[in-house]
Amino acid sequence: MPQLNDRVETHSRVPDTANAETTDTVVIKTPEKVCGMGHRMKRKEDPRFIQGKGRFVDDIKLPGMLYMSIVRSPYAHAKILSIDTKAALAMPGVVAVITGQDLKAAGNLHYMPTLMSDTQPVLPIDKVLYYAQEVCAVIATERYIAADARELVVVDYEPLQAVVDPHQALKDEIIVRDDKEKKTNHVWHWSAGDKAATDAVFARAAHVVKEKIYLPRIHVCSIETCGMVANYDKVREHMQIYMTSQAPHAHRTVFALVSGIPEHKIQIISPDIGGGFGGKVPVYPGYVVCAVASLVTGKPVKWIEDRSENLQADSFARDYHITAELAADANGKLTGLRVKTISDCGVADAAANPSKFPAGLYSIATGSYPLEAADIVVDGVYTNKPPGGVAYRCSFRVTEAVHMIERMVDIMAHDLGRDPAEFRLANFIKADQFPYKSCTGWVYDSGNYEAALLKAMAMIDYAGLRKEQLEKRARGVLMGIGISSFTEVVGAGPAADFDILGIKMFDSAEIRIHPTGKAIARLGTKSQGQGHETTYAQIIAEELGLPAADIQVEEGDTDTAPYGLGTYASRSTPTSGAAAAMAARKIRAKAKKIAAYLLEVGEDDLEWNVDRFQVKGSPDQKKTIQEIAFAAYTNHPPDIQAGLEATDYYNPPNLTFPFGSYICVVDLDTGTGQIKVRRFVAVDDCGHIINPMIVEGQIEGGLTMGLAPALFEEIVYDENGQNLTGTMADYLVPTAVESPKWELGKTITPSPHHPFGAKGVGESPTVGAPPAIANAIVDAMWHLGVRHLDIPITPQKVWKALREHGVGN
Amino acid sequence: MSLHEISLTVNGAVVTKQVEARTLLVHFIRENLELTGTHIGCDTTSCGACTVLLNGKPTKSCTVFAVQANQATLETVESVAEGGKLHPIQQGFWEKHGLQCGFCTPGMIMTTKSLLQKNPRPTEAEIREGISGNICRCTGYNKIVEAVQYAADKLGEAR
Repeated sequence: MPQLNDRVETHSRVPDTANAETTDTVVIKTPEKVCGMGHRMKRKEDPRFIQGKGRFVDDIKLPGMLYMSIVRSPYAHAKILSIDTKAALAMPGVVAVITGQDLKAAGNLHYMPTLMSDTQPVLPIDKVLYYAQEVCAVIATERYIAADARELVVVDYEPLQAVVDPHQALKDEIIVRDDKEKKTNHVWHWSAGDKAATDAVFARAAHVVKEKIYLPRIHVCSIETCGMVANYDKVREHMQIYMTSQAPHAHRTVFALVSGIPEHKIQIISPDIGGGFGGKVPVYPGYVVCAVASLVTGKPVKWIEDRSENLQADSFARDYHITAELAADANGKLTGLRVKTISDCGVADAAANPSKFPAGLYSIATGSYPLEAADIVVDGVYTNKPPGGVAYRCSFRVTEAVHMIERMVDIMAHDLGRDPAEFRLANFIKADQFPYKSCTGWVYDSGNYEAALLKAMAMIDYAGLRKEQLEKRARGVLMGIGISSFTEVVGAGPAADFDILGIKMFDSAEIRIHPTGKAIARLGTKSQGQGHETTYAQIIAEELGLPAADIQVEEGDTDTAPYGLGTYASRSTPTSGAAAAMAARKIRAKAKKIAAYLLEVGEDDLEWNVDRFQVKGSPDQKKTIQEIAFAAYTNHPPDIQAGLEATDYYNPPNLTFPFGSYICVVDLDTGTGQIKVRRFVAVDDCGHIINPMIVEGQIEGGLTMGLAPALFEEIVYDENGQNLTGTMADYLVPTAVESPKWELGKTITPSPHHPFGAKGVGESPTVGAPPAIANAIVDAMWHLGVRHLDIPITPQKVWKALREHGVGN
Repeated sequence: MSLHEISLTVNGAVVTKQVEARTLLVHFIRENLELTGTHIGCDTTSCGACTVLLNGKPTKSCTVFAVQANQATLETVESVAEGGKLHPIQQGFWEKHGLQCGFCTPGMIMTTKSLLQKNPRPTEAEIREGISGNICRCTGYNKIVEAVQYAADKLGEAR
């Protein structure tokens, strides 16, 4: 098995820049008409969505288009004895049925590489490995005919015993992947930190707490499922693909490598995307079969998952079985962390992680605390479940790490009889310690954890709540207060360490200024609701003084956008956002030469002022960016080329480390176990803010997506590997009723290495919210002897815990 | 599969079409009428992305047959803006950042339209209850609630 170690020196390439001052004021340097950074600009993308004119994959309708429907396995583990497609093929309107044998004959396409360099069946030949696995696909002239014919395919199975629990799987009694050379379910072993140093810290520790923490499998459940329209033109030998893709360029390269179609003959268009959350990063079997179906038939083929297929076959996250130990000295200073984790991969390691990080960025597990040593181990295990490991709105396993450390710190504080807020304040990495190098090798670029927690405590009246809690407890009324002071690590990433299948995780921007002073910008990322058309325009407006309204932003078409790695892991602002600023600065440098020529002065005599170059000390002598743009095509200096455009491929020098402190107040009903989230204050620090309205929206949405796994969501399998949560009636996504009124606050500690001091924000709340909620619920019951509850913490779990600890019997 | 002729008023215009008995209303809207603003999110009446107004009532069109809409009045999101002018509900969603990916938005807007017709001055709790049949995965709902309140205020001013 590969031994992958997250070396301590790996992530240390960052200039030694001390923390900038933390403020809470959004900086605005441009007037309203320019709408640069800091303005609450209304979103440029909204008019089409509010009028029903968005263009999603299922809205694409091409002439002669066929429809694909997938036959799926009713067993989690079974031999395929036969697949009889005759009756399906005989149905009028059915064009083809594609099986694993067909894919094998087409050039061994029945297996495909995963993003983690594992392999995954596209369609099986002789065995199914998970419930709802794709078995074969029916192609027909109409959607309903394809679905009808799917029912006529007869597959004869011989059921085999499935292994669902990864601990059981490690016994290797049932081998999930007997197609592999090594007959074991153990996929990989990964470690970070220093075992010997950690053992020494634990040997001299005065206090140690230990807990088993399980983060179950959950599902991103974007409201748009996955889908594709593949359109192969046999004459042009050209494949055009509309795809629900968070990373269209990376997917184009994967398709080229797997299919053999030259990359310049593949165009992937990721149109409007109805939510991604990591679920649209991997390549799923359905995409590959759909593309093959178009190749085979020479016609456009549409495949759109229904919700049950989506909930049963792809887009799964988490599934980490954690055993954690946290050490402290006699003064209650946290000193060491030891973590052993089983990562349930399902039937393939198809996680959407950077190649060198099979456990993602899990070694951020030391969190906001200056531990002396940590020993973090993860083992990947195959089970008879669909592949998991997508992000669920999180930067590569950071949610798992943060949930673990924030639960453990809370348990330690309670065990020591310390207030959880006071305990955190005493243990935080201090503001003057940044940039801070953690014992697992991360260099935190900036932070001020104390400021964020103190602000959250003030907003929620922490002291008052503790008083109220004591009074209520005396009356047998249970309320809890939970804190989470999380550190995120986002913006992958520095090319030296971060790649996907060898492609470095830079990202790109290309800006062209038209003669009339309007512009188009194209970027390598792909918005799925984050508002890139607005925020990227604001970044460029800030740098060039062109009104954001005059800048058209485009992403997602691989024929037009510069190569990029896509949008996930909160990387768009740290990478493409940075590239947009850098490209704009290149344009400004050229604009300066043109302005100097037009004004007949030296470049050194000019200064930039919002949207113009003006002569120092003589601001009336000036050329606006629009005048300069016109001159770039009509009257440019003879010694430089015409045009005003630039491209930048930005390789960030480090990741960014957003952080925040959340405080949650819950009331528990001792009769029913019902959990009421009464208040939730979230103080986030994402550095400089491009658009406060959009940042608030990202945080509120992320908080509800943090509430969801904390209280409601879990993908449940029975002992045979059957998915019991295959509809939205079973998989409980919060509605407006369950979602509380979020109370937001902010601190601003700019990233020292990002071109405009931003950090990324979309995932912080998903990462930070679950432990705040779990900590609040346990806090309400700690005095009864409840130490830990695994998420999702349902009323049943609370009711049971209360009964087990003498309440309500 | 038997074909049936149905006739209904779609966004103000009478439409007559042949449909299979089993054709779902949402597929009829999206594929026969080519009104793709109405979306499919769950197929099981859970998410509300396919919400339209059928005879004025908010209806999840993924679990209604097209033939059931015979002789009915159907309103989809494409009808909400009148004469090229955004409806106050649409303005509210835009002003208050009530959408992100935009996939649930048409259903949310149709549900809001019905909610504000029945209850022009809803409280926050009534708004949350009123839109609880529509799931949004992006926004966390706060700003949708604000969007509905904005629309209620605007419509109130106009009365």
